[in-house]
Amino acid sequence: MDIVIITFLCAAILLYFLLGGADFGAGIIELFTSSKNRSKTRKTMYHAIGPVWEANHMWLIIAIVILFVAFPKIYTTMSVYLHIPLAIMLIGIIARGTAFVFRHYDAVKDQMQEVYNKIFIYSSFITPLFLGIIAGSLISGKIDNRADNFADAYVFGWLNWFSVAVGLFTVALCGFLAAIYLIGESKEAEDKKRFIKKAEFMNVAAVLFGAMVFGSAYLEEVPLVDWVLKNPVGLASIVLASLSLILLWYLLIKGKTKILRLLAGFQVTMILVAISFAHFPNFIRLKNGDAISLYETIAPIKTVNTLGWALLLGSVLILPFLGYLFYKFQQKEE
Amino acid sequence: MDDFLAARSQMALSLGFHIIYACIGMVMPFFMAVSHFKWLKTNNEVYKNLTKAWSKGVAIFFATGAVSGTMLSFELGLLWPNFMEHAGPIFGMPFSLEGTAFFIEAIALGFFLYGWDKLNKWFHWFTGVVVGVSGLASGILVVAANAWMNSPAGFDYVDGKYINIDPIAAMFNKAWFTQALHMCLAAFTATGFAVAGVHALMILRKQNQDFHYKAFKIAAVFATIGALLQPISGDISAKDVAQRQPAKLAAMEALYKTEKPAPLLIGGIVNEKKKEVNYAIEIPGALSFLAHGDFNAEVKGLDKIPENEHPPVAITHYAFQLMVGIGSFLVLLSLMYFFVLWRNKSVLNKRWLLKIFVFAIPLGYIALEAGWVVTEVGRQPWIIYGIMRTKDAVTPMPGIAWSFYLFTAIYASLSVIVIALLYRQIKMVPTLYSGSIKSPTTKAN
Ligand code: HDD
Ligand code: HEM
Ligand code: HEM
Repeated sequence: MDIVIITFLCAAILLYFLLGGADFGAGIIELFTSSKNRSKTRKTMYHAIGPVWEANHMWLIIAIVILFVAFPKIYTTMSVYLHIPLAIMLIGIIARGTAFVFRHYDAVKDQMQEVYNKIFIYSSFITPLFLGIIAGSLISGKIDNRADNFADAYVFGWLNWFSVAVGLFTVALCGFLAAIYLIGESKEAEDKKRFIKKAEFMNVAAVLFGAMVFGSAYLEEVPLVDWVLKNPVGLASIVLASLSLILLWYLLIKGKTKILRLLAGFQVTMILVAISFAHFPNFIRLKNGDAISLYETIAPIKTVNTLGWALLLGSVLILPFLGYLFYKFQQKEE
Repeated sequence: MDDFLAARSQMALSLGFHIIYACIGMVMPFFMAVSHFKWLKTNNEVYKNLTKAWSKGVAIFFATGAVSGTMLSFELGLLWPNFMEHAGPIFGMPFSLEGTAFFIEAIALGFFLYGWDKLNKWFHWFTGVVVGVSGLASGILVVAANAWMNSPAGFDYVDGKYINIDPIAAMFNKAWFTQALHMCLAAFTATGFAVAGVHALMILRKQNQDFHYKAFKIAAVFATIGALLQPISGDISAKDVAQRQPAKLAAMEALYKTEKPAPLLIGGIVNEKKKEVNYAIEIPGALSFLAHGDFNAEVKGLDKIPENEHPPVAITHYAFQLMVGIGSFLVLLSLMYFFVLWRNKSVLNKRWLLKIFVFAIPLGYIALEAGWVVTEVGRQPWIIYGIMRTKDAVTPMPGIAWSFYLFTAIYASLSVIVIALLYRQIKMVPTLYSGSIKSPTTKAN
């Protein structure tokens, strides 16, 4: 059952990154769209993500529930030492989720719309930035659980070049995923062109920030290069990700939307695998060199078994229903 | 404000905020399903418009409920890491099942809101029912988790270690059923009266009477039945509390001295220093009966409980009085409503009754929040009753007060916006659904 739970945890994180990420990305794209095209972009976007929007964000809740039931030590360590970025991320989630719905359901369309838009756009940027910062901090080895002053314990664990670089990289990836997704959703050739442009722009940004992640890893002595280059799986995935980049640009120019989506998803998955495989099952690396591992801190066997069954049962109920939702609202309306 | 107090206040605020949205999210789908069903059966456009109008409200509340719930699942760790480290694996079972229920709810909501004219009409209706049922299931599950904090089960506590963990036994702890029953009824009562009251107000203003009267009737049925059942369920809860948490019961009734038979106090001012209650009306023997079903039974007072395990008496007592007071008032209102219905079948021209319904808009929610204060404050100083003290669970991070101020500001502004949005929705009813305007004298059944 350990394996089942860890698989679900990884899957939930990955799916949140891909689906929730595309969803954040939609707001990021709005941020980088000139104001004259904004309302059009917004329409396409609402149409594409409206129906699946609540469901996309459930993956985060699933991941967090798995963490606190089965890996309480990891959940509490994060909660204590990354309190500040978690709180900021939560504010982002609150602001974004409510602004998105409010702007759609406000019965009177007046200047409040602009306020909702602003909140939505900026929180779409802040939230993945901090998600990335949190993810970066977990593996950076900067979290200091023996610190005796506020700044070392609660601030510098996450406020460092490496974590921030991972945060920016995450933002770019989200924007990229959303642009690729929206290419397939747009009906007019002109829209399509705009989203292709955006995808190219975000892709370049992602590559640049990716380089920045490596640079800062070097500065901050995070053994990222070792994980990626000295580990066969890490190496293979980074090579695959880079190769698929070439294919991706080719497809982008050709405008093949269906395969593009799969490929973009594949790329992001490979990047996540490359970064995390080498230190798996360590989930949090601490400053004093210790690590908190998934296997070592797992909950007692009975908890693990019941959770495992609950997850399996849940997915039997959820997956067909969810698949049908995506299928039903994918069909193009005339 | 010290950090411990700030953490408790932030938790209470977040839960108090979430619970309102959650209750609306779990009850409104049932109202919608009834109205939707009537539309499918009668083809009366008014019901379709009503379903659509309600569903917009639900979308707003659902989103707010979902983000505040996401917030809570992090907050448990952000504020109470020590509690979660030990409790997570024990009481996590309901939360993981709840995850499934939420997920189904979110998917079904996607179908329901975006499925008009796209899905088979009965499948569409069914997705609405699924939203309600899975919302209700989430509510029951999360209350089971809370009940575990009142009545810990499913583990052995030996030398400060939590061993022999059994998550299923933890979920079916002694308190889960009474609490979940009472909570669900409260959700229907509170939301029912709030919705019925808003529509009563619109009827009084003579706007779209047919539309609002249909809405009023659906909400009022749920509200009144819930209100009539609530005292029965509350009585079961009280007997249950007397068994498992005598300190909480004593605080609810501000019973400082053990008595046999014990009187029930109505009103009164608690003096926590002198440990006495002044100016209260006493009903002899009534507390003995409520707590143990026997007018002569002994009821344990706070004198039998070590001083450092006393909950705050005044807050618990006032909150309990408030809940029961409102509960009794709502029972009266429900009886009046049924009486009028029985006499002449329509309340449309009974303006005084409609006015009372308008007055009752916030009451259910006030009682609901008060009830939670009874449960939670009455459990103090324990976070896990008898096992872990709340002050030992709080995060070591200093400066929580700032976080409390920040989140208070956020919740306050969200509440303002949501109220403004609802106001706008209601104001737009005549323009959006103008087909449904009928002359004020139309009798709708
Ligand atoms: C509409 C809301 C509402 C109304 C009218 C009432 N209650 Fe209530 N009550 C709640 C809403 C509520 C609640 C918010 O739902 C609580 C908090 C926790 C729980 O399980 O239910 C609660 C808790 C609660 C408890 C504590 C249970 C525990 O700690 O386990 C008792 C003893 C009662 N109630 C008793 C009553 C009585 C005798 C009522 C008589 C009229 C009553 N309630 C009306
Ligand atoms: C008595 C207290 C509670 C009740 C009755 C309750 C009930 C509900 C319900 C019915 C929903 C569905 C949202 C809607 O329809 O608007 C919901 C959402 C949620 N609740 Fe609560 N809840 C309670 C407390 C909590 C607590 C303590 C947590 C966290 C630990 C929590 C976590 C969540 C989450 C994560 C969601 C969002 C799920 C979504 O996106 O639909 N809730 N809650
Ligand atoms: C929606 C209903 C709820 C409301 C309005 C509510 C209200 C409160 C209040 C007023 C406090 C502060 C008690 C004090 O400081 O004296 C509190 C504390 C707390 N509640 Fe609840 N509560 C609710 C449901 C829940 C649920 C479902 C859970 C968990 C499963 C929960 C977990 C906690 C925790 C962990 C604390 C902090 C520790 C403590 O003060 O005991 N609550 N809540």
